[in-house]
Amino acid sequence: MAPPTARGPRPPARPPQRAGQPGRGGVGPWAPQRGGRAAERGAARRGGARRAMAAAATTAAGRARRGTPMFSQKELTSKKRDEFEDILEERRLSSDLRYAMKCYTPVIYKGLSPCKPNAIKSVVLQSEQVQYVIKQLAKEMGESPDIIQEEAVEILDEMGHSMQLGTVRFFAFTLSKIFKQLFQRVCVNEEGMQRLQHAIQEHPVVLLPSHRSYVDFLMLSYLLYTYDLALPVIAAGIDFLGMKIVGELLRRAGAFFMRRSFGGNRLYWAVFAEYVKTMLRNGYAPIEFFLEGTRSRTAKTLTPKFGLLSIVMEPFFKREVFDTYLVPISISYERILEESLYAYELLGVPKPKESTSGLLKARRILSDNFGTIHIYVGQPVSLRTLASGRINLCPYNLVPRHLPQKPTEDIQEFVSDVAYKMELLQIENMVLSPWVLVAAVLLQNLPAMDFELLIEKTVWLKGLTQTFGGFIEWPDNLCAKKAVMSGLTLHSNIARLINGHVVLNDKGVEDGAVGEIVFKRALVILMCSTYRNQLLNVFVRPSLVALALQMTRSFRKEEVYSSFSFLRDVFSDEFIFFPGISLKDFEEGCFLLTKCDAIQTTQQEIYPTDKGSVVVSFLSAMFRPFVEGYQLIFRYLSKETKEAFTEKQFIPGVRNYVFQLLEKGTTQCYEALSSDMQKNALAALVQLGAVKKKKMSNGFSYSVNQEAIHKILDVFDARTPVQKPVAARL
Amino acid sequence: MAAAAEEAAGSGGGSPASARRRLRIISGHLRGSPRAAGQEALSPSPCKAQGGSAGPAAGSIPKKRQEILKWNGWGYNDSKFIFNKKGQAEFTGKRYRLGGMVLPTFKEWIERTFGASLEHKTTSRASLNVNDVPPSIVNEEFLQDLRATKISYSQDAEDRVFRAHGHCLHEIFVLREGMFKRIPDIVVWPVCHEDVVKIVELACKHNLCIIPFGGGTSVSSALECPEEEKRTIVSLDTSQMNRILWIDEKNLTACVEAGIIGQDLEKQLSESGFCTGHEPDSMEFSSLGGWVATRASGMKKNIYGNIEDLVIHIKMVTPRGIVEKNCQVPRMSTGPDIHHFIMGSEGILGVVTEVTIKIRPLPEYQKYGSVVFPNFERGVACLREVAKQRCAPASIRLVDNAQFQFGHALKPQVASIFTSFLDGLKKFYITKFKGFDPNVLCVATLLFEGDREKVLQHEKQVYDIATKFGGLAAGEDNGQRGYMLTFVIAYLRDLGLDYYVIGESFETSVPWDRVLDLCRNVKERIVRECKEKGVQFAPFSTCRVTQTYDAGACVYFYFAFNYRGISDPIHVYEEIERAAREEILANGGSLSHHHGVGKLRKRWMKESISDVGLGMLRSVKEYVDPNNIFGNKNLL
Ligand SMILES: Cc1cc2nc3c(=O)[nH]c(=O)nc-3n(C[C@H](O)[C@H](O)[C@H](O)COP(=O)(O)OP(=O)(O)OC[C@H]3O[C@@H](n4cnc5c(N)ncnc54)[C@H](O)[C@@H]3O)c2cc1C
Repeated sequence: MAPPTARGPRPPARPPQRAGQPGRGGVGPWAPQRGGRAAERGAARRGGARRAMAAAATTAAGRARRGTPMFSQKELTSKKRDEFEDILEERRLSSDLRYAMKCYTPVIYKGLSPCKPNAIKSVVLQSEQVQYVIKQLAKEMGESPDIIQEEAVEILDEMGHSMQLGTVRFFAFTLSKIFKQLFQRVCVNEEGMQRLQHAIQEHPVVLLPSHRSYVDFLMLSYLLYTYDLALPVIAAGIDFLGMKIVGELLRRAGAFFMRRSFGGNRLYWAVFAEYVKTMLRNGYAPIEFFLEGTRSRTAKTLTPKFGLLSIVMEPFFKREVFDTYLVPISISYERILEESLYAYELLGVPKPKESTSGLLKARRILSDNFGTIHIYVGQPVSLRTLASGRINLCPYNLVPRHLPQKPTEDIQEFVSDVAYKMELLQIENMVLSPWVLVAAVLLQNLPAMDFELLIEKTVWLKGLTQTFGGFIEWPDNLCAKKAVMSGLTLHSNIARLINGHVVLNDKGVEDGAVGEIVFKRALVILMCSTYRNQLLNVFVRPSLVALALQMTRSFRKEEVYSSFSFLRDVFSDEFIFFPGISLKDFEEGCFLLTKCDAIQTTQQEIYPTDKGSVVVSFLSAMFRPFVEGYQLIFRYLSKETKEAFTEKQFIPGVRNYVFQLLEKGTTQCYEALSSDMQKNALAALVQLGAVKKKKMSNGFSYSVNQEAIHKILDVFDARTPVQKPVAARL
Repeated sequence: MAAAAEEAAGSGGGSPASARRRLRIISGHLRGSPRAAGQEALSPSPCKAQGGSAGPAAGSIPKKRQEILKWNGWGYNDSKFIFNKKGQAEFTGKRYRLGGMVLPTFKEWIERTFGASLEHKTTSRASLNVNDVPPSIVNEEFLQDLRATKISYSQDAEDRVFRAHGHCLHEIFVLREGMFKRIPDIVVWPVCHEDVVKIVELACKHNLCIIPFGGGTSVSSALECPEEEKRTIVSLDTSQMNRILWIDEKNLTACVEAGIIGQDLEKQLSESGFCTGHEPDSMEFSSLGGWVATRASGMKKNIYGNIEDLVIHIKMVTPRGIVEKNCQVPRMSTGPDIHHFIMGSEGILGVVTEVTIKIRPLPEYQKYGSVVFPNFERGVACLREVAKQRCAPASIRLVDNAQFQFGHALKPQVASIFTSFLDGLKKFYITKFKGFDPNVLCVATLLFEGDREKVLQHEKQVYDIATKFGGLAAGEDNGQRGYMLTFVIAYLRDLGLDYYVIGESFETSVPWDRVLDLCRNVKERIVRECKEKGVQFAPFSTCRVTQTYDAGACVYFYFAFNYRGISDPIHVYEEIERAAREEILANGGSLSHHHGVGKLRKRWMKESISDVGLGMLRSVKEYVDPNNIFGNKNLL
């Protein structure tokens, strides 16, 4: 059957021109080589000209080094975001089959010389980079290069994608069906797609979506297909290959597979890196991967992984490409498909190994409603702009470019900065649903809360969130009651309205053993906190100032700052902070608190205003579970008697400890049961030097420095002030 | 006073005869038929020169340079691009093969490429306004001492302005629209080594600043006077030290005074059946001393070598005394080669007065050639292979598509060697060149030299390699035309300046594996920077690979844009050039392959040669010239 061409794709319209941005041009003296085509398509789009593109303007150019970091204080309220368009709407109106068979002639990179997936593999295999490592290893191991070459071929076969249009069409069809079943709407900012369209033609593009669900996986491919843009190749964990059929399907949809850890395997690293770089250099396809490395089980952004990011940045450092666009993409779910799975997992009920049958069982959920997905495609960030003036390229000039080279400290620091910057950009454009606010309020008012009060508080929190720059999707005409109600309906598994009160839905808690009650309650609370968590990175700076104010008992700015930066250090794995700008974060926190009249500051002092105490206590209560949770975990460790332990021992140990306290009723901090928090707390202690982490043959082992832990606990308990040299600049 | 000075040195004058002689040299590149050696009468008589008169030989350029050279632009007064009454481009004069020819497609090319229009014209000041010229401040005692030496000098405003600059864009712009803040106070014309010794002694005695001046073709701001220089600045014009002192046929060397310019050197050597083979594109005007002082590179270096390969012995006068070696040998191991302090010293250490340079018998046979490649990548790959097999012809250059089109736009109306390349190509394209896109293809031009048989053999070898890279031979004419254009291209900037188009060239050297990336990135950077800086029309940004080496290549960029609507074009231009240089360095290219550092590229010296490296050079400077007599502030 010939693909019908009558119903065209929905290409984005041409955005207005703007200096210094990708996608300028089209007419006049600067006409780009292929601008004509894109423009035509844009014009052909239904509805013609689009509303003016909003200026999502955070191409905050990296200035110098540390001190003037590339992450500048956000323009918090003046920020205007693009509007959304529901792409399912059209799917509901027209044939999915036709859509799947539509004429797909994507916009591609201007310098692309098209090639087949297998051709890439042989280019990679023949590359100087890979050949060098093969020869090197052959020499070292006294092996024949052929054998190692064979190994490389195997690696490539395991890794490589084999994108096929047929499979893409298959997914276009099935995903349309599934999405329509599961979700009310799939919304995307079309201006973002337009920017992306131009970016893709101009330079190699790296798509960096947030990762909250398996649904993320093919979401962008689906989108790019819909908008007639080049489909991405997607870095996926090797575990997917455990699922025979699904793995193979994903492979044909453009996924390539990456082993979870291959630090020591030079051949693997060389082949993998070269594979990614080859695709990037040729502009073969946009490269998509998750900075967070894995799905965040808590809906809180995970601290970034640097490996893949540094790989995709290298061609630019070596000037093999002129520039590379990094595109932060925020995918927000009104209701996360895996919410209960995550909660179980966090509580230590093992995650079912990815298996096809497991996924099939998931069919049950097909009858459920998961609300709306929002995809916000951020402004493409030019790596060149970020790097300008920051990086000394001399090391790259003095060594042939195909030799593996350990990145300099400069580069490592830069990669890390970029990773954090991109995550912060993701966070900025995450869409917050009214339910997120409800969850945040509810968690501070357990076990039950008056409905009207909940509405009132939710509306209040909405205002605060907006002041802090949160991106709330709350239709103008939607009254608060309806908004809260619809949240409750969608999340009836978490909370319900009973007799004018909203209560957690922990059915069956009343009868059962104490342990069971605690467990079930924990489940619901963790699920609920998943939604509150979506607020945390927006709130963290002012909230840590609020917490610091409470901890310090003094209003002296420098003392408050000391506490702030102590908390920031402790929570550095829990929340996303741009590295090395504690003071800026503090100032931002203070600025936001001042803005909502919660505090006043003078040259030397910070103090809450009379009416500000509501805000301050709300904010600190919001983060209380973390403060308390960390204290519990630290306390557990302070009782640790073993010389050394592994993470595998630590997690159940601390879980049991917290569990017992909950059973006894000594604490109400259910969130301390979360293995995510436990791991973060441990990592924090490692960074603070209170726990030593040692690499062993079979993983890491930890040992506690008791004195240091006690000191930290004392600070938390406000028994001793933070002992830390304070920035005199305050 | 000026009159008195003039009297002291006889003037060569721009006689038609000298023009004719000069033409003979250049005609090597312009003539259709190969030249055979031995046709010219050989009269090897080194003693004659040695024992010859003390006065300077009659050079092609007179002492009063302004008599035949433009005061505010490139080259000869009579040679320039104009738009004739019909609005067609034309090249005037009779000196060049292109002279008197109409270039029918050129106007359209300019308009298309730059968005320029003949209606929008700027005009240079018609002549030098002597009142604007900074006064000459020279103390009387020095003048007395100078007069006593009988060395010719001048304080004339025109003479001084003429030696206050090289040929950077900003320098020419200043000439057209303003005036330099600081220029030499006095010009002196030594006629021999001893004169230079005297001048340097006087400068030390009176604490003056000396700036050596060779041919004035510097493109690195090397000749510009430091604005803050309070001492009297003496421009030491070497042009009258222009004799070949002797020719040694047994060792194939010649000892030549450093002021001789390229065309005179080759012409005079050719009378004895020899050449140096050193042919920088500026050879019509640049001097032997200038080449040494800037580490120059000639087009035919593949056979003859660059200046550092050609030089056997150098004599230089410094404030500390005379530096030279005790013998004239092909190589010696006596510590770091002191020649390498001198070559590239850019006039900060002293004056090069005499150079013994290698010579070769005139080649029996010359043949041009050209090859078309489907794209630039293939072309570079071919050049790389040629270099690898060490079979590069005397010259091999690869121009990118934009430059190919540009060359094509300079096609004259009627001329046998200018048979329409592109038209032919289009026909060809359908029949044979399938797959060659006229908007992507690029062209290599070739020049072979040597004895006939070897040239033909060599030619075959190179074409065979080219074939492997998808290259197709495109004829001798195209090759020859390419080299001919080299000499007239420099005249184009003056035309551009009349129509709001400013431009410049710059160069670098780069390892083979980075050539493509560097070319692409630098061109793209230029385009971006223009866009960002508010240039209204996309710039002309193009490159060519001009030299090949074992380990890399020399890449030459042209860059020009229409500056209408920009209030400070020179500033914008300089920022863009600077960005382009940053880009080059970031791509693993060098600060300069042959233009040198001067004052234009000084800021990158530390990065280029390290702190310690810079310190080494400084310490030499401090020893040789502790009072900074040679205070042109280049390099360090
Ligand atoms: C159109 C054009 C084409 C060019 N093509 C080439 C090319 O192909 N290859 C190449 O290498 N360069 C080229 N150049 C650059 C320039 O011609 C060279 O740098 C040349 O060597 C300069 O010689 P000059 O005699 O003109 O020196 P000047 O420009 O007069 O001086 C250059 C520097 O050398 C110093 N100097 C001059 N003579 C002496 C001396 N006797 N003793 C001590 N110091 C001295 C001066 O003080 C000054 O610092 C080109 C320039 C132009 C404008």
